[in-house]
Amino acid sequence: MSTHKPMPPRLIARLDIKAPNLVKGIHLEGLRVMGDPAEHALRYYREGADELLYVDIVASLYGRNSLTELVERTAAEIFVPLTVGGGVRTLDDFYKLLRAGADKVAINTAAVGRPELLTEAARTFGSQCVVLSVEAKRQAPGKWEAYTDNGRERTGLDAVEWIRKAVDLGAGEVLLTSVDMEGTKKGMDLELIRAVAPAVNVPVIACGGPGNVDHVAQALAAKADAVAVAALLHYKLETVGSLKAGLQARGIEVRQ
Amino acid sequence: MSPKVTVIDYGIGNLHSVQKALRHEGAEVTLSSDAAVVRSAERLLLPGVGAFGDGMRELKARGLVQPILDAVGQGTPFLGICLGMQLLLSESDEFGRHEGLGLIPGRVVLLTPEAGFKVPHIGWNRLVPPPGRDWTGSVLEGVAPGTATYFVHSYSAVPEREEHRLADVDYGGFRISAAVQKGNVSGCQFHPEKSGPVGLGILKRFLSRSR
Repeated sequence: MSTHKPMPPRLIARLDIKAPNLVKGIHLEGLRVMGDPAEHALRYYREGADELLYVDIVASLYGRNSLTELVERTAAEIFVPLTVGGGVRTLDDFYKLLRAGADKVAINTAAVGRPELLTEAARTFGSQCVVLSVEAKRQAPGKWEAYTDNGRERTGLDAVEWIRKAVDLGAGEVLLTSVDMEGTKKGMDLELIRAVAPAVNVPVIACGGPGNVDHVAQALAAKADAVAVAALLHYKLETVGSLKAGLQARGIEVRQ
Repeated sequence: MSPKVTVIDYGIGNLHSVQKALRHEGAEVTLSSDAAVVRSAERLLLPGVGAFGDGMRELKARGLVQPILDAVGQGTPFLGICLGMQLLLSESDEFGRHEGLGLIPGRVVLLTPEAGFKVPHIGWNRLVPPPGRDWTGSVLEGVAPGTATYFVHSYSAVPEREEHRLADVDYGGFRISAAVQKGNVSGCQFHPEKSGPVGLGILKRFLSRSR
């Protein structure tokens, strides 16, 4: 066992966006409007979130451009990393979001359709900007399929194999959402995290299902590098501060 | 009066977030790739994300190497961030051997932490002063040892001389030089513009310096 201290794990506030609103669903569906995303983002930043994540669930990048406006408005006031995803298809989309103030861009559908986009984006912007978003749905014990479109479309790809390949192609980070657990507050898919996190040499952000501090701690014990939290924060069941205090009390050293 | 700072624009990486953070701290920010502007700047900030060789090539292509050295020679406060810090060193091993600005003797090498620690080093890690080092008077003045800041990098500067190390972080047994200083030249491997209020404070201290 290593005697070296691990880094403080990242606690990420995830905000699903249906512009101009922050929304929250269950299993990525059945959406409820929660308010202004930028206001929530600022609150989570002030509470000590280590990072923020915007996922545009209706891919409005090609609509009224409200996503880039929202990113601009948010980035002016928060000074921790901001990842933005949803509907990103081209290098130009990456450029637009980075220019608006995103630090990293998450892609799912476009990468499944054309995996070379990962390589092109990594070459152009650096792999640190390229986040592979995977919606994993359990098919059998120890087996998950990658989905797209908020867990509605199958890809036929084995999630773990796809992640390995995508990292080889240039993804610098993996956002791993369990479709089965998402929005349930029943805990995270620990088996999925255990299958993915050690399989790649880039950070894995676990997402979907945490309903209390113990669930977050379990995901970290399963070797997630970061945990993204949504419902718990949006419904004010916890604050970033109370989650961090809870992790600290369980012997997990977090950034204060 | 707002403190003035020139951010060197050399076609590398995302300059928006650092500008926004500087403005948030009250700075008047000029973005420039002009040699004369760099030479006469009140303060210089060299940002950058990407490969060392590309960074030096872009600085050279814009004729900015000598103006930077001249400005530093005149005592202009200088801050390099991430790749901008690494470029301060003499040379790098990243994708072949490349000569740097040579403002701080030393090399840039690939991170080699022990097994179980991923590369790149991404996330928040704790700054500690090297033995005997005091942060008084540096850009880190007032930062509590052990405070975490945000890192994203695969290569790391190794200053030849201990006295140029301002802060270290431990990453799986690899001693990362997290901040360096030599006179009016400072550098941070981490991103102060992404390190929350602590990072903004570091930029504010840089902005309070003058020639």
